[in-house]
Amino acid sequence: MKALREFVDKQKPHFEKGGRFEKLHSTFEAFETFLFVPNTVTHSGAHIRDAIDMKRTMIIVVLALIPPLLFGIWNVGYQHFLSNGMAPDFWPMVGFGLLKVLPVIVVSYVTGLAIEFAFAQSRGHEVNEGFLVSGMLIPLVMPPDVPLWMVAVATAFAVVIGKEVFGGTGMNILNPALTARAFLFFAYPSEMSGDRVWIAEKADAYSGATPLGHLLVLDADKLPSDWSMFLGTIPGSIGETSTIAILLGAIVLIATGIGSFRIMASVVAGGLVMGLLFNLWGANAYMDIPAYQHLIMGGFAFGTVYMATDPVSASQTNRGKLYYGFLIGFIAVLIRVFNPAYPEGMMLAILLMNVFAPLIDHYVLQSNIKKRLKRAKAVTA
Amino acid sequence: MSTDKQEREPLFSAKNRKLLTNPLNIDNPITVQVLGICSALAVTAKLKPAFVMSLSVIVVITLANLIISVMRNGIPPRIRIIVQLVVIASLVILVDQVLKAFVYDVSKQLSVFVGLIITNCIIMGRLEAFAMGNKPWPSILDGVGNGIGYAWVLVAVGFVRELFGSGTIWGFHVIPEAFYNIGYQNNGFMILPPMALIIVGIIIWIQRSRNPELIEEN
Repeated sequence: MKALREFVDKQKPHFEKGGRFEKLHSTFEAFETFLFVPNTVTHSGAHIRDAIDMKRTMIIVVLALIPPLLFGIWNVGYQHFLSNGMAPDFWPMVGFGLLKVLPVIVVSYVTGLAIEFAFAQSRGHEVNEGFLVSGMLIPLVMPPDVPLWMVAVATAFAVVIGKEVFGGTGMNILNPALTARAFLFFAYPSEMSGDRVWIAEKADAYSGATPLGHLLVLDADKLPSDWSMFLGTIPGSIGETSTIAILLGAIVLIATGIGSFRIMASVVAGGLVMGLLFNLWGANAYMDIPAYQHLIMGGFAFGTVYMATDPVSASQTNRGKLYYGFLIGFIAVLIRVFNPAYPEGMMLAILLMNVFAPLIDHYVLQSNIKKRLKRAKAVTA
Repeated sequence: MSTDKQEREPLFSAKNRKLLTNPLNIDNPITVQVLGICSALAVTAKLKPAFVMSLSVIVVITLANLIISVMRNGIPPRIRIIVQLVVIASLVILVDQVLKAFVYDVSKQLSVFVGLIITNCIIMGRLEAFAMGNKPWPSILDGVGNGIGYAWVLVAVGFVRELFGSGTIWGFHVIPEAFYNIGYQNNGFMILPPMALIIVGIIIWIQRSRNPELIEEN
């Protein structure tokens, strides 16, 4: 450890002002702070400092993403062999899954980080860690067979248009990973929807429809059992199928205080309420499915735990988080059932509420100010 | 004295050249004044309609500027907006008829947007801001300048959208078949209007990073 510190200190002057590699200052700093906690101290006033900084926050989210990732790797292999009528052992399935998933992860990280470094360098900023999470989220919301160049294009779009134009990490209006997915969804619909893309190298005769795909054509009978939807042994995007793996991640996020339980709980509540309303209405087979099934199908669980809770694009006030989350769940189910063109309403619901989050915060603050003014007047009067 | 001097001002004096060139860049109607966005989003999915639309706007804005400038001293201020609208509307009807007669298919594609040139803020804006207070010749230059400023943005957006959205330029296939064979696909998002907004945004981004004086203080 000490040798590493000494090595880093030795290189440092080259990257300071006037050094040989002055231009690569932000790159150097990124790697230095990646290895060691920065030793800068605050110079003025009294500050209370938390030991946790953005790098640790981000790495905890990445850790929370490990269960869905591992399950996704296995499931990609499992679905592939199942569709081809084979039932190999555990490891061949994982091996096949790795072959499919790893390249997507690598492409997403390489493209995204290259752009992030380039922007930080040209603006003289520090390189931020925000992309560590986005770079992992993007592969998890892709179909297993997605062409790699599409991942690269979508990642570039998400980082540049979704994030850097607004000023980089912490300034974005929309969740970058969902921006990437929405971009692909609208740009290349044939690779992002239908019943062909959800199983890697699927046999032609095998139906690869997701639960949402079945419901789209009102085939409620063909739905997999609740248990397999909860467990995640169904076709779908790489990381979103297994509700139980996502719950594990949710526990990590809530226990460390990084993901907001208010948002998660209210998204679930919103989805359930809309599901129950549809049950009351019951005009077709889609409306009749039990409300809880909406929570275990498609990207609902994944979006609830990892996307809606994105601290940058979500509401900031505690009360605002409740409205924000509730509306996400509510609108997601609404879009699913009402709009056959968009089978996965979760993505669109979250993006929509991302846009409204500042407005929600504004009104929450205003109402609080009004309430307190009223109280102050009541006291003085 | 001073009137003499003005009469002798050359047709393309520095001031007049500015009228022509400013709208192309630092005073661009779309990217700086952010006017005429509606049609820029609606007609730019393909290059050809974007080009025809641009030509129509150049013609209308130049002639409207000229006519209003000639009449400017006779227009009662209280009804000037109506007079301006009548002039623009007549010109747009003329343009619409010409398009229908000579390029019917493009006129079909442009549909309602030719008619909506009447409400294009750029034209009203130039009439109010410039033609009402300037002589005919500078007004013509101002009209041509703003028309071309509008046109190049439209054509640029149309070019990018058609190239990546349909793989064609002016209707001709330019992306080789071999690309499609190895898995390239046209980008469906490019066809949708939101992408036009994003491309205009990128043009504004590039323009402002090259002209720091355009960046607002905040």
